[in-house]
Amino acid sequence: MSSLSVKHLLGIKHITKDDIELIFQTAENFKDVINRPIKKVPSLRDTTIANLFFENSTRTKLSFELAEKRLSADVINFSAAASSVKKGETLIDTVNNILSMKVDIVVMRHPNPGAPIFLSQNVDTTIVNAGDGTHEHPTQALLDAYSMREKLGDLKDSRVVIVGDIKHSRVALSNIYCLQKLGAEVMVCGPTTLIPKHIEELGVKVSHNIDEALGWCDVAICLRIQLERQGTGEAVKYFPTIREYATHFGLTKEKLDGLNKDIVVMHPGPINRGVEITSDVADSSSSIILDQVENGVAVRMAVIYLLASKLNP
Amino acid sequence: MPPATLIDSTQLNLIINRLCYQLIENHDDFQNTVILGLQPRGIHLAEAIQKRLQEIIPGLEIRCGRLDITFHRDDFRRREAPLSANSTKVDFIIEDQKVILVDDVLFTGRTIRSGLDAMLSFGRPSVVELLVLVERRFTRELPVEPKYIGKSVDSYDNQQVKVVLGEGTKDKVLLLTSEIE
Repeated sequence: MSSLSVKHLLGIKHITKDDIELIFQTAENFKDVINRPIKKVPSLRDTTIANLFFENSTRTKLSFELAEKRLSADVINFSAAASSVKKGETLIDTVNNILSMKVDIVVMRHPNPGAPIFLSQNVDTTIVNAGDGTHEHPTQALLDAYSMREKLGDLKDSRVVIVGDIKHSRVALSNIYCLQKLGAEVMVCGPTTLIPKHIEELGVKVSHNIDEALGWCDVAICLRIQLERQGTGEAVKYFPTIREYATHFGLTKEKLDGLNKDIVVMHPGPINRGVEITSDVADSSSSIILDQVENGVAVRMAVIYLLASKLNP
Repeated sequence: MPPATLIDSTQLNLIINRLCYQLIENHDDFQNTVILGLQPRGIHLAEAIQKRLQEIIPGLEIRCGRLDITFHRDDFRRREAPLSANSTKVDFIIEDQKVILVDDVLFTGRTIRSGLDAMLSFGRPSVVELLVLVERRFTRELPVEPKYIGKSVDSYDNQQVKVVLGEGTKDKVLLLTSEIE
């Protein structure tokens, strides 16, 4: 009998190792559920969940929605493009209006870092952060670590390298927190322009050479190059061309074949094939990209189930 | 108050034997029958019954699964802390099968209701029967009655029936009494 130490899932920074273990243990049972002929349990039949997506998302939104429906919750969806936010409504007003319709849990993605934390301090509901700007994306980190554990067992002392656009990545930050809490060593790798200054303060290693990084690691997480954050026209670019980036930091079959060991390759998606990862690597047996997606539903079910158990009846 | 022994290991042995013969009487060669033990404590009884049946009828193949009911309970959020889930292991489809649902103690009947609900995720059985080792009489909150009963006992609300089975020590059934506040 156990429950989470938090009321909201705002970021991995705010939860403990025991919380992570409990989420994984619960997710294991839900993974079993979603592989049955009837993939649904009635636990949350009296719970209503609002998915508020102030920023575009495909897989996270689908994954959350599926997780909620598999728990039998009632789900309402909201996307900023078609809402009153465009008419000038504030975040607190928008959410309070939705809560007046008797919503129990809010799953939110927002372009501003810290938006879920701000909301949790100002409205009375349970918040699940589905990604806030360049800050955190806790459920992605949980499903990444869960998928790694499935493949490698205990993550203590395992070595994980995160390759790519660390600067703009909320996945990277959440993964660093999560993997460190589970005892893994983390390295970040990418061009100097895409690695935040002083990131060593978080206790991670830094490398600008992908061959060195791959030689060191057991797992490589490729991140998407966020072209939308590159700036346009005359804006200063983070690297000269896509092709140059792909040559220096793209994960290719040749680079993996050059290692005298097998490593696990992961990617949170969406993939730019041929940029940060080539098709033959993404589709190879080393890649667990599709396992990550499957586990995403189970882990999100676990998070929502455990948070819902703390609501008042 | 020290725990009272309701069933000792010799009696328990006899009871399991009797339950097995009752099952054989009704299920013949167990061709279309499966046993489902309810997690966490019904599984030990279910496995003991499977083992004993195979001793009585050598070469008998009878399927036995473990069913977890945590996500099907009706007291979610009404308890102090959520129950942690156990594994479900049902490697067969129960469509059109006769299911023997096995649990250690029948008290309010709510666990069995959840079990029936959880079971339906694996198909629509032709018949469902309930087997319990201990039936606590006059305590039902739902209309649930077992077909096979190890022993019926009368007990108070502040008492707890604890089945110790397959835990490495001597198998037995105890009646624990807590102080009334």
